Amino acid sequence: MASTPTWSQARNAVIRNALGIAIATGAYALSFGAIATTAGLSLLQTVALSILMFTGASQFALVGVIGAGGSVWAGAATAALLGSRNALYGLRLSNLLNVHGLRRIAAAHFVIDETTAMAIARDSERESRLAFWATGLILFCFWNLGTLIGALATQVLPDPKALGFDAAPPAAFLALLAPRLRAREPLAIAAAAAVVALACLPFVPAGIPLLIVALLVAAFGLWARPR
Amino acid sequence: MIWAGIMVAAAACYLLKLAGLSLPQRWLQDARIQRTVPLIPVALLAALVATQTFSTGQHLVVDVRAAALAVALVAVLLRAPFLVVVAAASATAALLRLL
Repeated sequence: MASTPTWSQARNAVIRNALGIAIATGAYALSFGAIATTAGLSLLQTVALSILMFTGASQFALVGVIGAGGSVWAGAATAALLGSRNALYGLRLSNLLNVHGLRRIAAAHFVIDETTAMAIARDSERESRLAFWATGLILFCFWNLGTLIGALATQVLPDPKALGFDAAPPAAFLALLAPRLRAREPLAIAAAAAVVALACLPFVPAGIPLLIVALLVAAFGLWARPR
Repeated sequence: MIWAGIMVAAAACYLLKLAGLSLPQRWLQDARIQRTVPLIPVALLAALVATQTFSTGQHLVVDVRAAALAVALVAVLLRAPFLVVVAAASATAALLRLL
């Protein structure tokens, strides 16, 4: 395919969008760096999470559970369960990207909410692929830069709790949850999950209520009568 | 211990991403899987909001974090950016503790 003015315009638009979403997400990484540090993770652990895990909700869940005094394994299990949605994103992207071998190994790391949304919103496969890679690479840079700045800034604070940073995780989870509540069923499931988690909280170790909730919702999804 | 948890969780998250790109399409296209997987983050995030706001260790408590969450909810309903939601909640908790 020859390079046409339309393609270069499309390419610039894709990269502009990727940059916009990466900057917004970088700001959100600032709060991840701050929350992880307040939860007691070292600078290296915080940065390693953003580089290696690179999926926001899972990272917040892991440090949230640790910060609340739960076991790191309950946190790890919650993070993995939250990451299950990325498998469905990968499914949607696999035909579009058509990547094999090493390119697939690299592409997999970038399969997250933002890259999927950017890639599937495009008109042509060529634009989709560019959107995926551009969003993935630029966002990866800003996500890790934001994490580092947030963690460094929090490390120099004498008492992050005095600034209310311990109240930040629930707000972060709420902000991640809100866009998923645009229908009646998810709203009902969210309410039920909150009630069940609080009801079993006094009787099991910290972090375990989350796994009970995950088990129940999986059972509900797999066996309840589809509408 | 924290390092081991980080490594295992990061590996699990990566393998889930890779599985989506690699597994035969029909496995994940099963209607029940398609229906169930999007419900898991909804349930887990809601449970995280509830437990991290209303508990300390294994005790149910209502403290300044409840007010912080209420402020965060207002910010979310006003479609504030992520960082504003988190900062508003933190500021609320910090101010209430000063009182």
